[in-house]
Amino acid sequence: MLPESSPRELAKALTGISGFDDVTYGGLPAGRPSLVCGAAGCGKTLFAATFLVNGATLFDEPGVFMSFEERAEDLIANVASLGYDLDRLVAEKKLAIDHVRVERSEIEESGEYDLEGLFIRLAYAVESIGAKRVVLDTIETLFAGLTDAAVLRAELRRLFGWLKERGLTAVITGERGEGQLTRQGLEEYVSDCVILLDNRVEDQITTRRLRVVKYRGSAHGTNEYPFLIDEEGISVLPVTSADLDYGASTEVISTGIPGLDAMLGPGGFYRGSSVLISGVAGTGKTTIATHLLDAACRRGERCMAFVFEESGSQICRNALSVGLDLKPHLDAGLLRFEAARPSLYGLEMHLARMNRDVERFKPSIVVIDPVSALRGPANELQATLLRMVDMLKGRGITAVFTSLRTDGSFDQVGDLGLSSLMDVWVKLQDIDANGERTRTLYVIKARGMSHSNQVREFQMSAKGVKLVDAYVGPAGVLTGTARLVQEAEEQAATLRRRQDSERRKREVVRRRQSIERQIAELRASLDVAEEEEQVLIGEDETRESLLADERAALAGRRGAAE
Amino acid sequence: MTDGGPSAPGSTQYRLRLFIAGSTPRSRRTIENLRRICDRHIGPNVDIEVIDIYQQAELAEANRVVAAPTLLRLSPLPQRQIIGDLSDEPRVLRGLGIIPSREPTDEHGA
Repeated sequence: MLPESSPRELAKALTGISGFDDVTYGGLPAGRPSLVCGAAGCGKTLFAATFLVNGATLFDEPGVFMSFEERAEDLIANVASLGYDLDRLVAEKKLAIDHVRVERSEIEESGEYDLEGLFIRLAYAVESIGAKRVVLDTIETLFAGLTDAAVLRAELRRLFGWLKERGLTAVITGERGEGQLTRQGLEEYVSDCVILLDNRVEDQITTRRLRVVKYRGSAHGTNEYPFLIDEEGISVLPVTSADLDYGASTEVISTGIPGLDAMLGPGGFYRGSSVLISGVAGTGKTTIATHLLDAACRRGERCMAFVFEESGSQICRNALSVGLDLKPHLDAGLLRFEAARPSLYGLEMHLARMNRDVERFKPSIVVIDPVSALRGPANELQATLLRMVDMLKGRGITAVFTSLRTDGSFDQVGDLGLSSLMDVWVKLQDIDANGERTRTLYVIKARGMSHSNQVREFQMSAKGVKLVDAYVGPAGVLTGTARLVQEAEEQAATLRRRQDSERRKREVVRRRQSIERQIAELRASLDVAEEEEQVLIGEDETRESLLADERAALAGRRGAAE
Repeated sequence: MTDGGPSAPGSTQYRLRLFIAGSTPRSRRTIENLRRICDRHIGPNVDIEVIDIYQQAELAEANRVVAAPTLLRLSPLPQRQIIGDLSDEPRVLRGLGIIPSREPTDEHGA
């Protein structure tokens, strides 16, 4: 997977511990001893065992585990909890375990001695399986068993030289001492690479942390990195650089709720965006998230839900009540729930766990429900969430966070906004009026897309989630029964208005008709008058022409007489 | 065979195994010291086996040998280990159980 380190750089041996090889850019220095130190119970032995087991199984480098504390049987039983089968590796000659027991009460010292016996045993074990890796866990125990510290120091120096000479990649564990990294100051001898493991308890929550104190000849991450030990082994979470260089997808994915899709310009969220669904208890955050999961699974995408308040099966059962059956998705391996109480780990640990699970499951959608359940100091919360968002965005994963905090913050005191990290913010709100509670939904923001600025009423039924346009009128936003009442009233008013206007229309028609009638009457009398006028004019003309004729006749007669 | 019974000193059968690392001066010195102590304090009832751990490395692990030289008392039981070149005779005797170690905790402090 990872490329072997190039020859010009310091040769490195991969540990196969997820994250650790990233932090050290390739693992531990090959052919040299490294010191892994820390207080009791910080995971030194498991780290060392993982280094050997991975060497034997992944990189074909057999290893010798020289235990100065635990007996071979105990060691085998202890690492079995990480899923390692040391018995099998021993049988396959990929691993040799040698328990070096030095009990002061059973040993009498008389005169000079050296630790040649130890060297020979180690050499014998190394040769018997052709080992490339060696673990000495915890060699300082020798100081408790033997009195001559000067001899021991000289011999340890010789031992580390011997390991180097043979080109064995070794992990030497050491218990944390007062004022120095190890009780006997082993860091003086093993100076190439020193790794410090820590197990801190803050607010009753334990967080394991790892730091590369020194790594001669190599760059390495210098921060403290949280790491995790569980049934899947050890994983270290490298703090991802907060680069904002992830690509931005223009692919749109449906929310699974048609009404919500319709509120978002392109018809859904952009792939790889971060979505915040906020709202107080019982507003339906998980239900909306469940719809998203269901829709994604139906598209054949892998989904992962980190749930902090319910178990996976409880969510499945609840989803059935809104008509979503998640079981087929679970059975198909498309959907996975990771349920844990927020107080189970510290923030870092949650992040580390998520990182690892996401890395392994490779989902395209991740739901964190609810993110507000994570507790911790405000600045740590902000940093953790920022990294969570970066971690998911960097992988192009669509992240859906639900939050109980309606104002988008995640802490009661600070104003550190989760909302500003988010690309889309859907806010759910209960409206309590007229003795009933109605769920409403707004899209407060949606980066890079037009979106509805309207409030929608949000209904859950056995058929799923439905968004209904809320009534917005002079009396404000009405929802639920109030909306229904208002709608009925409006219908009645409309009917009244229609009847009114029809009545007025009829009146006007009547008036117009009566005027028209009057006009007709007048027109009739006008006609009569015109006729009379014509008659009179005709009579006048006739008379005039008769008179003219008579005058002409008289004149003619007078002229003849003369 | 031993009529005096187990309690009688000098009659107990000792089985000792000495691990040395090569034929160095220290190894030779250790063998000499052991022979001398046995001759003086145990007598003939002792069976000494000298093992060079370079030759038989597997025995080093089987006998839980860490230091060299290491003297192992195989019998009488319980097994005891004495490390070093056996130059401190009283300590060797105490380690072998020939003279009882009364206050072992004080000895370590000294």
